[in-house]
Amino acid sequence: MDKNRLISIKEEKRAKIIENLLQNDLIELVEDKVVLKGDYYKNQLRIALRNCDIINPFDIEEYIAFDGYLALHNVLTNLSQREVVDIMKNSLLRGRGGAGFPTGKKWEEAFTFDADQKYIICNADEGDPGAFMDRSILEKDPHSVLEGMAIGGYAIGANKGFIYVRAEYPQAVKTLKHAIEEAKTLGLLGKDIFKSGFDFDIELRLGSGAFVCGEGTALIESIEGHRGMPRPKLQRTAHVGLWGKPTIINNVETFANVAPIILNGAEWFRSIGTEKSPGTKVFSLVGKIENAGLVEVPMGTKLRDIVFDIGGGCQNNKEYKAVQTGGPSGGCIPKEYLDVAVDFESLASIGSIMGSGGMVVMDENTCMMDIAKYFLEFSVDESCGKCIPCREGTRRMYEILELITEGKAQMSDLEELENLAHVVSDTSLCGLGQTAPNPVITTLKYYKDEYIAHIVDKKCPAKSCKPLITYTISDKCIGCTLCKKNCPVDAIQGELKVKHSIDIEKCIKCGSCYEVCPVKPVKAVEIY
Amino acid sequence: MKTVKLTIDNKEIEVDSSLTVMQAANSVGIKIPNLCYDERLDIFGACRMCVVEIEGSKKLQTSCSTKVRDGMVVHTKTEKVIQARREILRLLLDNHPNDCLTCEKAGDCLLQDYAYEYDVKFRNHTGKIRDRYIDDSNPFYVYDAQKCILCGLCVRVCSRLQVTGAIDFVNRGFDTIIGTPFNDGLINSDCVSCGNCVSVCPTGALMPKSKEKFRTWEVEKVKTTCTFCGVGCQINLLTKDDKVVGVEPVKNAVNEGLLCVKGKFSFNFINHPDRLNAPLLKEDGVFKEISWDRAYEIIKEKVDKYMAENGPDSFAGLSSARCTNEENYLFQKLFRAVLKTNNIDHCARL
Amino acid sequence: MTNSISEIKHNDTIFVIGSNTTETHPVIGAFIKQAVKSGAKLIVADPREIELTKFADVHLQLKPGTNIALINGMMNVIIENKLYDEEYIRKNCENFDELVRLVKNYPPKRSAEICGVDEDLIIKAALIYANSPNAGIYYTMGVTQHTTGTHAVMSLSNLALLCGNIGKENAGINPLRGQNNVQGASDMGATPAELTGYQKIFHKESLEKFERAWGTKLSDKVGATITEMFNLIEEDEIKFLYIMGENPVVSDPDTNHVISALKKVDFLVVQDIFFTETCEYADLVLPAVSFAQKDGTFTNTERRVQRVRKAVKENGLAKPDWQIIMEIMNTLGYDKKYSNPQEIMEEISFLTPQYSGITYEKIDDNGIQWPCKDKDDMGTKFLHKDKISRGKGLFMPVEYVKSRETPDENYPFILTTGRILYHYHTRTMTGREEGLNDIVNSSYIEINEETANRMNIENGDKVRVKSRRGEIITKAKVVDTIDRDVVFMPFHFTDGQANYLTNTFVDEIAKIPELKVSAVNIEKLDKEEDYV
Repeated sequence: MDKNRLISIKEEKRAKIIENLLQNDLIELVEDKVVLKGDYYKNQLRIALRNCDIINPFDIEEYIAFDGYLALHNVLTNLSQREVVDIMKNSLLRGRGGAGFPTGKKWEEAFTFDADQKYIICNADEGDPGAFMDRSILEKDPHSVLEGMAIGGYAIGANKGFIYVRAEYPQAVKTLKHAIEEAKTLGLLGKDIFKSGFDFDIELRLGSGAFVCGEGTALIESIEGHRGMPRPKLQRTAHVGLWGKPTIINNVETFANVAPIILNGAEWFRSIGTEKSPGTKVFSLVGKIENAGLVEVPMGTKLRDIVFDIGGGCQNNKEYKAVQTGGPSGGCIPKEYLDVAVDFESLASIGSIMGSGGMVVMDENTCMMDIAKYFLEFSVDESCGKCIPCREGTRRMYEILELITEGKAQMSDLEELENLAHVVSDTSLCGLGQTAPNPVITTLKYYKDEYIAHIVDKKCPAKSCKPLITYTISDKCIGCTLCKKNCPVDAIQGELKVKHSIDIEKCIKCGSCYEVCPVKPVKAVEIY
Repeated sequence: MKTVKLTIDNKEIEVDSSLTVMQAANSVGIKIPNLCYDERLDIFGACRMCVVEIEGSKKLQTSCSTKVRDGMVVHTKTEKVIQARREILRLLLDNHPNDCLTCEKAGDCLLQDYAYEYDVKFRNHTGKIRDRYIDDSNPFYVYDAQKCILCGLCVRVCSRLQVTGAIDFVNRGFDTIIGTPFNDGLINSDCVSCGNCVSVCPTGALMPKSKEKFRTWEVEKVKTTCTFCGVGCQINLLTKDDKVVGVEPVKNAVNEGLLCVKGKFSFNFINHPDRLNAPLLKEDGVFKEISWDRAYEIIKEKVDKYMAENGPDSFAGLSSARCTNEENYLFQKLFRAVLKTNNIDHCARL
Repeated sequence: MTNSISEIKHNDTIFVIGSNTTETHPVIGAFIKQAVKSGAKLIVADPREIELTKFADVHLQLKPGTNIALINGMMNVIIENKLYDEEYIRKNCENFDELVRLVKNYPPKRSAEICGVDEDLIIKAALIYANSPNAGIYYTMGVTQHTTGTHAVMSLSNLALLCGNIGKENAGINPLRGQNNVQGASDMGATPAELTGYQKIFHKESLEKFERAWGTKLSDKVGATITEMFNLIEEDEIKFLYIMGENPVVSDPDTNHVISALKKVDFLVVQDIFFTETCEYADLVLPAVSFAQKDGTFTNTERRVQRVRKAVKENGLAKPDWQIIMEIMNTLGYDKKYSNPQEIMEEISFLTPQYSGITYEKIDDNGIQWPCKDKDDMGTKFLHKDKISRGKGLFMPVEYVKSRETPDENYPFILTTGRILYHYHTRTMTGREEGLNDIVNSSYIEINEETANRMNIENGDKVRVKSRRGEIITKAKVVDTIDRDVVFMPFHFTDGQANYLTNTFVDEIAKIPELKVSAVNIEKLDKEEDYV
């Protein structure tokens, strides 16, 4: 494999792929660039997702057709390790896994640390509920990750890479395996790549679904064959990591950004996004949103633009209430902050985090206590059990939220909840525990009145917590019997054309009567 | 050796730059509480009891896993620190049986000590507590998951120091316990019953199966040398009422705090009813108890007889590799100086 | 041990030969495993797969009795590849040419044939050993309990010298002493030819020193070893035998022979803490106290003299052994009195160069490793630091010689014996521990599964094992960890006692019996009546 061969593949393939996509009306050309067709994509800028839904992930030549492996060629034949590290540093690319640590700086740490063996690890243990950014890249453009890793390997002096991917992503595993084989066959992985003397191999390691293994040190423990539990960092992973050797861990999206930066330069990258957070970010827009899906936009884009312009607002024209960013570690962003710029600093300033890119949209009928409980339950389930505050504390917090949503809590429980939230956040060992209380902390910050309503008034303002609501039928009832027919527990009495009533002893609050009530504009079934 | 200067609790100190804050504090007599630290093992960072405030850091830092830096200013007893430790202890007590009255570990239990020191009490709550799980399949010790605080010392001693790796954490989160593969019981695992896990357990989760009932404050400790092989492990014999009731390893010694199954658990022979309690003389094929004076008299008679009839080389003695140096010395002296023979040997060859 | 236990973790290579360390010296075994975990290489030479072989880079599963051929083969590889420490040998050693000449006859191919191991493994082991800056050798009875035991130790010493591993920290040649104070018993002169500190009985100056100190005339005639004692009893020469804290009926080879001697001797005194199997044959039994009931010192395998302290009082009329011996001495007209063991140690220090700086005060906290010359000397971590102790390290090339008894048609298997983790020696103490008995409480014989299959023997079947000296009945333990023509028995147990089968051939120099090799046959017992 050499540059001429890369270019000849590109020339041979690219036009055909584009022609085919145009014929199927999937793309349009904007200033000679291939863009996926449709309003949804109009306001997006796709760098990490550049090839997704455009190329066939099982054909390495299609990746090459869109400039694939040119960056690696350039790096191996024209640049020193130092130069690559410098380009990455200048680009100010920040880790897309959530913490936002400058990638170039991390690489420099490992590059300048002397060792006989170094490792590069791709963290593909995506686990936030509702997040599937990495999965899409792995399934639709695996080579962008392999190429990024190889460049990273060269930069720091590692010739061995691992992709730690969850076993629950079988398609991603299959795609990656195929891609690694293809790259090896073409000599783009393995010995003496592009005759540069640089060797690089990549192995897959399958995680078994422990969320905590996305944490760097737990991930390393897991690759080493131990139970995936975080370890305290006395030394940087970039100095003492996998098997005690200097190790770089970057996530999938970070690696996918590497080749474009090399090809287009650090300046170009910095021209996108904000000063401190250049480039784009992929979000997984889910929840009560009209157009759910993956979104890649420049950093600093307003939250409102993402939710409304791209996402089309809440489903069924319901009112927007909040968006949860950053998954179980993140926080809720209420209406008044819809104009916040989505970048690392701005989100942190309002108590949430960028995280890996999950965005769960909630509407007026979402009870924030319920949301806090849901995310906390996730953290309770995913706690590895190692440190006391996370193992014991998240459980106790969850129990209090249970009491609150059941209307059994007292104000003193709320104090205890706040107290625990701070202890767990202050003293837990790893990021999972430290951030687990965030959903509670932000909901307490922005929706304290809802907490008080649950505790003092025993009411759920969002009318979502079943133990706190009752269904009744008002005088508007036309006696159509629809509700009676649909009630699964025969809790509704009433004759045709006579007002119906609900036996609250029998009622299980399933909401079927409300759904079917045909009275307009205000339904006869009411929820209190 | 590079040193750094730092301040801990308003005390300016200069220490080796490779130390952690906890080690530095310890070196000047400032004790920082911990439940999962052991100087023989890698830093684990699970208990979070050793948190301290370091000026310039917003969050509390665990002193076990923070290296000292020049100019660092550390506070180990601020209100924030104390509050965090109390909360951690409270979380532990919320999930721990309130049976210190009858727990064998009482008096020697770190959790109890810290709860007392930080004035944290058991309280009623309606939350979950860990399921009851007891593994008593091993003949020498028992594991009680409810008393386990999951400090991981046992797991790490087993895998890093004993290098057997019989036990590990099983399950996750709140349901985590210490167990064996497939939870098949310790006796069916790779466990070699060395009891090194028992020796490091800070609570009553791993306890020897004791034949005697004793409270830890009732026992006396006598340091001595184990009698079961040539390694010479140093042990403390725990005694009550002139009975050996337990053994614990000495850390600062050749065995570095480790023992084997025999050293740790085989002490019941000392007080065994089969022990010889008086000299025995065989008469007509039957052994009868006699006095020491009588025994010595008989020996003198026999010695005089053979010495006169057969000479010094009709005596022979087998000394013992189980006895002390002083005894071996005297035994050969008896044969050489008194019986005038060199017919003396011991079982070095066996 | 030339070196210290604490150095094990710093060895680059650990060569364990004839030692099932994790069972016989469990804590040292743990340190070896720790060393491997932190990167040390491990070579294990043992006829069985043992726990350490799981950690080993090379396992040389040699036939019992072929250690010398193996070590000569390794040295052949090292010399052929010029991997020896030339400068060290030039400065410190003599007789190198002789060694070169002898090991030329042991190309790895030949050694491999003798030992029954793969030639490549011998080469690999040799390269690992020779290429390590610090390599330590650790051995026990698997090396010494052969008629060629002393030669095998010399051979190991040749290997260590060849690569400059003697007189060096974190290396050395390290016998692991089996019993708690076997080092001390030898140091104290409880042997027929040596006074304390290995001062020879036939060395005039030494003898005179003791005569002056003890105020009496001493014999300069070398005495009898254990095995010789039993023969001298049979020959009516020895009339009075005094056994202190030993149980030869179980521990010594050829039990039938031992019993017949004990029956024959005119007067037998046995001093012990329990009524042992040997007590049965005594005329007089003296009750002694256990280690927990007396003061004194033990010297461990790394020459560390450590305190034994009284923790509980004497039981019944039992007395500390030192007190009994002193009282006998006094009864017999030798008037020296000691009020405690500390006074005895003062006398030992005065008479023993290696112990001359040792006092109870100094060893109180952490013991002291001898040699310890004077009151300022804090002991010796590893031996031969400045020069090899005899002035120059002498290569003592030795030829491989077959074991005295080798398998034949009638006795087709090699029986080798040893210890297990859960019991100690003759089980006088451990046999009374319920928990240990719960785990193992009876004898067994390990038989290779193919051999067992061929003989229709299943795990747990009763078998009769016979040698030229005796026969026993025991249980078969079918394993895949031992060669087809080798069987193994622990010697601890009295039901199916292995030492009825072992032989009394001894190493001519050290007088150690060849317990590790005897020829036996095995027969499966089918019928109930066979059991008796």
